[in-house]
Amino acid sequence: MSNLSAEGGHGAVPLAGVPTGVDVPAPEPEWPLYEVFVRGKRGLNHVHVGSLHAADDRMALLHARDVYTRRNEGVSIWVVRADAITASSPDEKDPMFAPSGDKVYRHPTFYDIPDNVPHI
Amino acid sequence: MPDHVHTSAEDEHDSAYAGLLVNDAHWAFGTDFEDPLAGVDTTIPEGIDAPTLAAYALMLGDDSLVMSHRIAEWTSNAPDLEDDIALSNIALDLLGQSRLLLARAAKADDSVVPALPEGSPAPPEDALAFFREAHEFRNVRFAEVVNGDFAEATVRVLLFSVWRLAVWERLRASTDHVLSAVAVKGVKELTYHRDYAARWFVTLAQGTEESRSRLLAALDELWPLWPELFDTHPVEAAAAASGVGVDPATVREAAEAVLDQVLTAADVPRPEVARRSGVLGRTGRDGMHGEALSRMLAEMQSVARAHPRGQW
Repeated sequence: MSNLSAEGGHGAVPLAGVPTGVDVPAPEPEWPLYEVFVRGKRGLNHVHVGSLHAADDRMALLHARDVYTRRNEGVSIWVVRADAITASSPDEKDPMFAPSGDKVYRHPTFYDIPDNVPHI
Repeated sequence: MPDHVHTSAEDEHDSAYAGLLVNDAHWAFGTDFEDPLAGVDTTIPEGIDAPTLAAYALMLGDDSLVMSHRIAEWTSNAPDLEDDIALSNIALDLLGQSRLLLARAAKADDSVVPALPEGSPAPPEDALAFFREAHEFRNVRFAEVVNGDFAEATVRVLLFSVWRLAVWERLRASTDHVLSAVAVKGVKELTYHRDYAARWFVTLAQGTEESRSRLLAALDELWPLWPELFDTHPVEAAAAASGVGVDPATVREAAEAVLDQVLTAADVPRPEVARRSGVLGRTGRDGMHGEALSRMLAEMQSVARAHPRGQW
């Protein structure tokens, strides 16, 4: 919003002690966004399942329980504010990821994995 | 099909929803909607008076049914999508409790079930929910109060779940297998409801001037009906004496202590508002209700009553 006070150069409007709302910070238009991670079974990783808005961290956890585990999907939930996540940008895709394509020695393909070892 | 496409088996550990359809055992009462008490021993244990059990189950069932409907009225009206889902979830939990309890009442004493027209497929719990008049409902009057704003919903869910959780923690030891099983399941649900409402209570109390004043107004509004929750009706006394039920007066201290914790955290003083008296000494448990319940039932029951032979 533009500055309508006398100091802002819009004429001598006395604002001191008058409830004009000019200096009151606007309420947050929306609750912060949280990303939700659910662990489906014991022994597995938390997996990103979606996002939601919540008033605070604890409330985000309660909402995540309601929105993403309605049908017994999880045994554990993580929530994290979306603005706390640092993400790679699509523009960096080539320098970030392309160079690993031809380095076969990085893949454990030279071992025989026993059938009874899951999740590798 | 290109060979780099993952099969579902490989992908299983990537999906939070893996195993969703094979975990039926997690549902305490199954996933079908045929008989809500299927798999639970519904025989009435020795020494239990069936009409008392039925009347008591009806009281608990009506509490959840009426409360559930009030909270369900928030669906699509809550301040945010997430709270809309939370309130709907709470309403559905209560509806589930109600279904089991009304089914139990009907099973214990089928004379409580209103007669339906020939050929009606409605199960007994539906007959109890949709074909009784307001004066036949045995819910506490607290449950039927007309909805207010979101602060009112917060106070309503908080007070109701604090009281009900205190009662149900003891109801788990009921000598009736069904009531005991319902309470074991319900305690987990009610603990969540209480947590959700208590957090909003503190948040609104410590929020802005506006949110705090609305919260205090809602508390003053509902407080007159709080003491009635701990009155002992003769049916509750008889149920408690036989080990089937819980005398709510015996949990008052525990419930007040929990509530005081929330009030202290929110820095909200206990309201000084007198209790609402009954009509000639009769309250919700005696079938004495306000106009609000009649209006609520008129809406809730209209479809079922217009089509008593309807198949859903």
